[in-house]
Amino acid sequence: MKSERQPIIEVKDLYVNFYTYAGVVKAIDGVSFTIYRGETYCLVGETGCGKSVTAKSLTKLIRPPGRIEKGQVLYYREPGKEPIDLLRLSEEELRKIRGAEISYIFQDPSASLDPLYTIGYQISETMYDHGVISSIKEGFLKAVDILKSVLMPDPETRVKNYPHELSGGMKQRAVIGISLSNNPQLVIADEPTTALDATVQDQIMDLLKKLKKEKNLTVLLITHNMGLVADMCDRVAVMYAGRIVEEADVYELFKNPLHPYTKALLKAVPNPVKKIDKLESIPGTVPNLIYPPPGCRFHPRCQYAMEKCKTERPPEIWVSPIHRVSCWLYS
Amino acid sequence: MSTPLVKVVELKKYFPVKGIFFTKGYVKAVDGVNFEIYKGKTLGLVGESGCGKTTVGKLVLRLLKPTSGKVLYEGKDIFKLKGKELKEFRKKAQMVFQDPYSSLNPRMTIFDIIYEPVKIYKIKVSDPEKFVVELLYSVGLNESHLYRYPHEFSGGQRQRIAIARILALNPEFIVLDEPTSALDVSVQAQILNLLKDLQKKMNLTYLFISHDLGVVRYMSDYIAVMYLGQIVEYGPAEEVFEKPLHPYTKALFSAIPVPDPEITRKREKLKVPGEPPSPINPPPGCRFHPRCPFRKEICDKEEPEFIEYEKDHFVKCHLYSRK
Repeated sequence: MKSERQPIIEVKDLYVNFYTYAGVVKAIDGVSFTIYRGETYCLVGETGCGKSVTAKSLTKLIRPPGRIEKGQVLYYREPGKEPIDLLRLSEEELRKIRGAEISYIFQDPSASLDPLYTIGYQISETMYDHGVISSIKEGFLKAVDILKSVLMPDPETRVKNYPHELSGGMKQRAVIGISLSNNPQLVIADEPTTALDATVQDQIMDLLKKLKKEKNLTVLLITHNMGLVADMCDRVAVMYAGRIVEEADVYELFKNPLHPYTKALLKAVPNPVKKIDKLESIPGTVPNLIYPPPGCRFHPRCQYAMEKCKTERPPEIWVSPIHRVSCWLYS
Repeated sequence: MSTPLVKVVELKKYFPVKGIFFTKGYVKAVDGVNFEIYKGKTLGLVGESGCGKTTVGKLVLRLLKPTSGKVLYEGKDIFKLKGKELKEFRKKAQMVFQDPYSSLNPRMTIFDIIYEPVKIYKIKVSDPEKFVVELLYSVGLNESHLYRYPHEFSGGQRQRIAIARILALNPEFIVLDEPTSALDVSVQAQILNLLKDLQKKMNLTYLFISHDLGVVRYMSDYIAVMYLGQIVEYGPAEEVFEKPLHPYTKALFSAIPVPDPEITRKREKLKVPGEPPSPINPPPGCRFHPRCPFRKEICDKEEPEFIEYEKDHFVKCHLYSRK
């Protein structure tokens, strides 16, 4: 690794299980990755691959029946200083970090906002709780500026509105406003534009890019949209069934995908700027993680599967300093 | 060219917004829409949420009554159909909905779900079980799925079941309202390919509604781009994608991130500010003018005509005049 890159989050060997009536769901199965300061790191994968669970685990937001079984999340509060393991902090200590230094933007804006409070109140509350402002009233004034910065139309009226009075897009803008209100170091954006329209998504992504540059923000972007990955990210990790199957620099990943799943996924995305005669689909469906396939979890759908794939878990192989893959084809 | 299977003429649908005593205004969900769909072809209807795509889809199936305008199916106005003719139309024209989790009755087995329309239309089938199994095979499922319940299936499989259900009636025209937006990419590709295969095999005609331009390009022969209740551009898919005319179409296309970092980061983009305005009080003149970077004097005064700028390629914009 290059020496000037300072890590901000280092996830080591994370395991998360969900204890359901049907059985134990092995949602995250040994995930490790590092996010460097000032970069946009992407977790990409399909529904149920564990990208959201990974994001939530970083600040122990996993609720029962889920449980973080083992692993470390090292958070480098200041560059060069000793990291703290977020998973070992008490809820009290974590709460000071969550929402202030590490903030979230979730998928469903209607679920992130409280229907009983105005948008202005909810933005103020975040700042008030973390001691940035001394009264909620002061927060309302600041909330107008924050709403302006997230391109909310007519912010003076909108601070007094309740969530049900806003469109889905405006609600998400408010949520983004809340998450940026305390000037976080790391923003974890979990499918932040899935609910938004194309032109609005583009505006929000431009906004995130701009804010990122201005504030030297680090962004962990979680998405299933390969287009967004290509547009936004510096480095990408592709997840499948609770594991990272491939991680690389974004240009490298799109030019030279190695894992059969990544290859298939890239071919399955309909490209709006190219005429495609036949999309390639991946046969079968994502496995049930109560009984995950042994060995490589992709082997039942993989056209290159060998005997070894069915029994042994593929190791992490660094094919170049910017590219690692977990697949027996490259051992 | 032959006569179109579906022809939509000046279709309008206004929804009243009720105040306490009076009607406060109207949501002009669809406001003067014209298009044609030819047999065996796919028209892709794209636009952002709230632009009226789904309302158009429901209108052409007579699931809603229009405020004015006509929908001609094989030359007949569907809103004037009655009795037997209407029943026949309902059988031929079907819809696949967006969310396969809410479009299947959780208390019915797959057999019952697929066989129900056959019972309703009193179609004579000698061996119901065999009939349903054949349908299951045609959508990539098999007989082991026959007596299971919807909750046992994944999203993609459910969408296959929903497709099998409408195939039971041997339809001609299918409105696909965002059929894959609830699905994952790898599964989406399976469903899209299935729909294409079925179209070829059964000579089906599709109205494909989607906000995903990649998907629309893959599926469609013709494209109609909607903005705020109106079609702003209509033409052959490849031409619209390669040479978009309307500024909104250009903006929409450039807002879509392309799954290739080399292309998407260097691409020339036409950025438009703001969000679509409320369809209750749409802007006067051209509805796109408040966001349009090429706005002229005339744009906020006169509504542009929907003109055929090039052969088969229509646009509703003051920048283009009839040749």
